[in-house]
Amino acid sequence: MEGELHNLTNAQKDILKEICNIGAGSSATALAHLLNRKISMNVPSVRILPFQQVPEVVGGAERQLVGVFLHVDGEAPCNILFFLSVTSAKKFVDLVLNRALGTTHELDKLNRSALEEIGNIISGSFLTALSKVTGLNFVPSVPSLSIDMAGALLNIAVLAFGHFGDEALVIDTNFIDHERRLEGYYFLVPEPGSLTKILNSLGVTHDRSS
Amino acid sequence: MIEVVKVGMADLKGAKAPATVITCGLGSCVGIALYDSVAKVGGIAHIMLPDSNQSRNKENPAKFADTAIPMLIQKLVALGALKRRLVAKIAGGAQMFSIQGASDIMRIGDRNVEATMVALKLEGIPILYQDTGGNYGRTIELDTCDGKMCIKTIDKGQTII
Repeated sequence: MEGELHNLTNAQKDILKEICNIGAGSSATALAHLLNRKISMNVPSVRILPFQQVPEVVGGAERQLVGVFLHVDGEAPCNILFFLSVTSAKKFVDLVLNRALGTTHELDKLNRSALEEIGNIISGSFLTALSKVTGLNFVPSVPSLSIDMAGALLNIAVLAFGHFGDEALVIDTNFIDHERRLEGYYFLVPEPGSLTKILNSLGVTHDRSS
Repeated sequence: MIEVVKVGMADLKGAKAPATVITCGLGSCVGIALYDSVAKVGGIAHIMLPDSNQSRNKENPAKFADTAIPMLIQKLVALGALKRRLVAKIAGGAQMFSIQGASDIMRIGDRNVEATMVALKLEGIPILYQDTGGNYGRTIELDTCDGKMCIKTIDKGQTII
């Protein structure tokens, strides 16, 4: 498992990117249905990042963000974090609850659970798509929301990699609704060992001993 | 201009006055600030895991509570500090999300704090101040001129100790 990240070839990265793109497409469709508008999601990037650089992807360790976290158990455990800027999160709540944009001022308990549910739906559709392609079983936990510094929110997602090195494999994408300036980030961080299982399930050999 | 020394996750650094040492976005990680008020030398370790013995890869001592503290001490001594004069202020070790069932990884913040306290005790370094636990992130700044540490949070304001 130690060499899992460094032995990853470009071809394998492309395969991961492709299957995550299918997942992201499925999430974007689910989100579009939920919000009743067109949402575009970018092709995910697959990167191996030093821990310190992970928060840079979402604007720095100190940036305040709304994060929804899910731990995924099953054959290939992973962690999912769905981030929204505070402004975007308020707009999301307005759209989901079918209110005029600008109605939500405070993210109260009800609004927070609406956002958790959005995280749940996005992750569910992503994992269902991933499961269809790989044949692997993914069991997501209930979502949990926290509004805080990006660095602090990301700790939990990269922890498992700490036992093996100072880098994590991060698959991330963002989605944009230009018209309403909605912006969000979606992180999938497979735990060590899961990468090999995902690649093996696709018939791509990935030497786990080296 | 006062020098600002940034410490990343799984990293540690020391500095001499008048530098400020900072580490941002501590969640379940713990920020350990050590300071010698006579030499005016201080530093911070930003640890993410409690125990190096539970990991196969121990190449980076700054990542674990048990190995980061001796290494930070060594670094500060090299900058002119005396080990017996060092005092500690620690912050972090929060639980940012609450998820049932995944209790082991969710409790990592508490375990990081416990391991930090044990490692400091082993070295005989007193903890002057501790702001740990809870469910919120923290950023800490250590002023090497006076050893004051500023803890910043998003919702709970900032404290200087």
